[in-house]
Amino acid sequence: MTMVKALKSGTKSKTETTKPETTTLENGVHNRMLGIFKAREAGLVAIILIICIAMSFASPYFLTWQNFRAMLLSFSIEGIVVVGMTILLIVGGIDLSVGSVVCLSMVIGGKLFLMGVDPWSASVIAILACGFIGFLMGQCVTRIGLHFFIVSLAFMVIARGLSLLITKGTPQSLFSLPPSFKFVGQGDIAGMPFVIILFFGLVIFFDLLLRHSTIFRKVYYTGSNEKAALFSGIKTKNIKIFCSTLCGLLSGVAGVVYMARFGAATPQFGIGMELSVIAAAVIGGASLNGGVGTIFGAVLGAALLSLVTSSLILLDVPVYWQDIIRGLILLVAVSADHLLNRRKRNTSAQS
Amino acid sequence: MQPILEVHDIHKSFGPVQALRGVNLSLIPGEVHALMGENGAGKSTLMNILSGVFSPDQGRIHFKGQDIILPNPATAQAHGIGLVHQEIALCPDISVAENILMAATNARRSFLMNDRELRERATKILSDLVPIPVDEKVGNLPIASQQIVEIAKALTLDCDVLIFDEPTAALTDKEADALFRIIADLKARNIGIIYISHRMAEIFAISDRITVFRDGTFIETLLTADTTPDAVATKMVGREILNQFPAKNDNPGDDIQPLMSVRDLSDDGFLRDISFDLRKGEVLGLGGLIGAGRSELAHAICGFGKKTAGHITMHGADFAPKDYSDSIKNGLVYLSEDRKGSGVFLDLSISANISALDLAYVSARGFVRQRMEQNRAEELGKLMSLRCAHVSQPVSSLSGGNQQKVAIAKMLSVQPDIIIFDEPTRGVDVGAKSEIYSILRNLAADGVGVLVISSEMPELIGLCDRILVLHEGSIAGEVEGETMTEEEIMKLASGLGGQNGSPAKRGVAL
Repeated sequence: MTMVKALKSGTKSKTETTKPETTTLENGVHNRMLGIFKAREAGLVAIILIICIAMSFASPYFLTWQNFRAMLLSFSIEGIVVVGMTILLIVGGIDLSVGSVVCLSMVIGGKLFLMGVDPWSASVIAILACGFIGFLMGQCVTRIGLHFFIVSLAFMVIARGLSLLITKGTPQSLFSLPPSFKFVGQGDIAGMPFVIILFFGLVIFFDLLLRHSTIFRKVYYTGSNEKAALFSGIKTKNIKIFCSTLCGLLSGVAGVVYMARFGAATPQFGIGMELSVIAAAVIGGASLNGGVGTIFGAVLGAALLSLVTSSLILLDVPVYWQDIIRGLILLVAVSADHLLNRRKRNTSAQS
Repeated sequence: MQPILEVHDIHKSFGPVQALRGVNLSLIPGEVHALMGENGAGKSTLMNILSGVFSPDQGRIHFKGQDIILPNPATAQAHGIGLVHQEIALCPDISVAENILMAATNARRSFLMNDRELRERATKILSDLVPIPVDEKVGNLPIASQQIVEIAKALTLDCDVLIFDEPTAALTDKEADALFRIIADLKARNIGIIYISHRMAEIFAISDRITVFRDGTFIETLLTADTTPDAVATKMVGREILNQFPAKNDNPGDDIQPLMSVRDLSDDGFLRDISFDLRKGEVLGLGGLIGAGRSELAHAICGFGKKTAGHITMHGADFAPKDYSDSIKNGLVYLSEDRKGSGVFLDLSISANISALDLAYVSARGFVRQRMEQNRAEELGKLMSLRCAHVSQPVSSLSGGNQQKVAIAKMLSVQPDIIIFDEPTRGVDVGAKSEIYSILRNLAADGVGVLVISSEMPELIGLCDRILVLHEGSIAGEVEGETMTEEEIMKLASGLGGQNGSPAKRGVAL
């Protein structure tokens, strides 16, 4: 700390000449930025509330516990995948293989169970296998220098092929799963489905980790500016492999929970899931350029998409229109975010 | 003579921030008009308005006898106003020739490209500047050559007004001289030139008039011949800058053991047999032309590059970092030259930036302690006289000078023994520059080894006690005291100086 003391005496005279105008100018920018950061999550909450209020007038079934329970259930398991995807997006990656990997986890777990392995061990093996796929993708990206997009596209096809290979293309019925295992997917605790409790547990756990742990701070550093992270002595390759592996593991968890919920393993499951998962994370504020995003925001994004879907069903909107409307919501959310960001960049450009 | 371009009372704000509050500027054909001001004074904003990137909120642009409106860059170019960007805006994956003649290609009627004509025209334009292979992809060129391409691109436009926004920031003195010759030539062709730069010496060498902005307001337009650099600097900052450089160390510890000794360092083919000592208490400079291997040397020392031969000791003990994080642990840190590219995390907060090198210092059991991190950032920010509202604001909201202070604070957070500063004041305004100089000097006085790499010779001469000059990957010589002049450094840097008996060379012999 001696150095620090020396600096103190050396720069004292300069401090007194600080221009007050600069401070106020930057103060203005600062308040504005804070406003924008808050706006992202607060804005989503506001939109969700508005839709809820509107829907409670539009449909008598909307404000019922059954409806809310169904909505929460509908995005809880996929939400586990959203958590992994958000982490990978923050580090600057993307994973198109999540749908196939979820399915592969389900199929491996199911197949092992049918071969006589107890369902819990089968699940652990399935989850680890999915983590290994994530690890392999991270290796391809960091060792060979490929982009996550391409690598995960390849693994999306590979994982789907593996699922079809293992099941020989036919759905596996798992009705003999023990009740203790089925509880994971179908059980309630005090009227609340266990799936929802598990999901919110994971969300809180990872949200806290992302905000406060050093390892996830390094994830933000790497995604924000990989070169600067390297120049800070951070081993960015390991960080990317870590995120990719974590995303694989979480997809594996989701697959096993689906298996417990449906009591079946279907090799065609999860096709197109990657798109809705990425959409949820991006609506929630994650950027495809990396460096930004929160789990809380991503969950709000997933909730918004699910809320819209169930509202459209309640309003008897034809099913083809539902996809169009969901696509438009994605477009509007991302455009709004981009326009806000552009104003932010302009204000900082000349300071 | 009638001005070709007049700007009246331009206002521009971005949200709550007033970037320009009523500025004026007039440009006569055939003059070089320098525009000066600290970062954030509004120079770049005005240039962006003149080149059609931003629209002004209020005010008039009077060009060739009529008021004009510039809704986009294409309109500005059609009127004959060209801009050489401060930040390089080229397509990295296409050739030099295609980049230079992008506008011509865009205007071309024919359906097919004429590659031969393209190459010939590009070669001709570049032969007036600096010869660069026209088939090379721009992304493969060093930054200095890219800057030349950017300038060449603007020269192809048939302009009456040409704006240069810090064109020499990435150029060596030799390349800058080539640019000044071209500017003189443009002047002779009666083209009006607006020239923005932080380098006082070149402003006084080439400009006819100087306009000073401060905090978005117009201060004064002066005839260059009637004023002095000190007077301009005073107008820019609104207070007097007494001495830009802190006092040197009169008594460097010659007799004691050096902080760091480098012996016979080589890398795979470029750096050859580099030997030098870094003494306690001194600020050691590392000069040379761009491409002489200055940054490569820094990288080889701190474990980024591969060193194939050589031996480094720190405090008398062996220093051989496996990689950069190992180097940080052993007390040697490196401030990168490319601040935005690899120095700071623009979208993260000041405090998150400052703790990036040593998260363990502000965390416990794998969790970052928010309060501790903020206190640490505030403490270091205060030492750097960082101007910010709060350490939680993102670094992108700071001016260039303050961003650089954050980058330096990041280095200091690990309490290093040795810091290598690569271009510590690039893109930093006058006031912040002199603050950074005193910080470096204070660090050295406190026993931290300070090695400064810089392309600006006045900066090296003003700041350093001793300067090593590199030429094509090896040390061409060393200047100190009396011999520390621009001429001597230039001679060594260009391979002319035969300083055979320099201490550095003797070090090799030992």
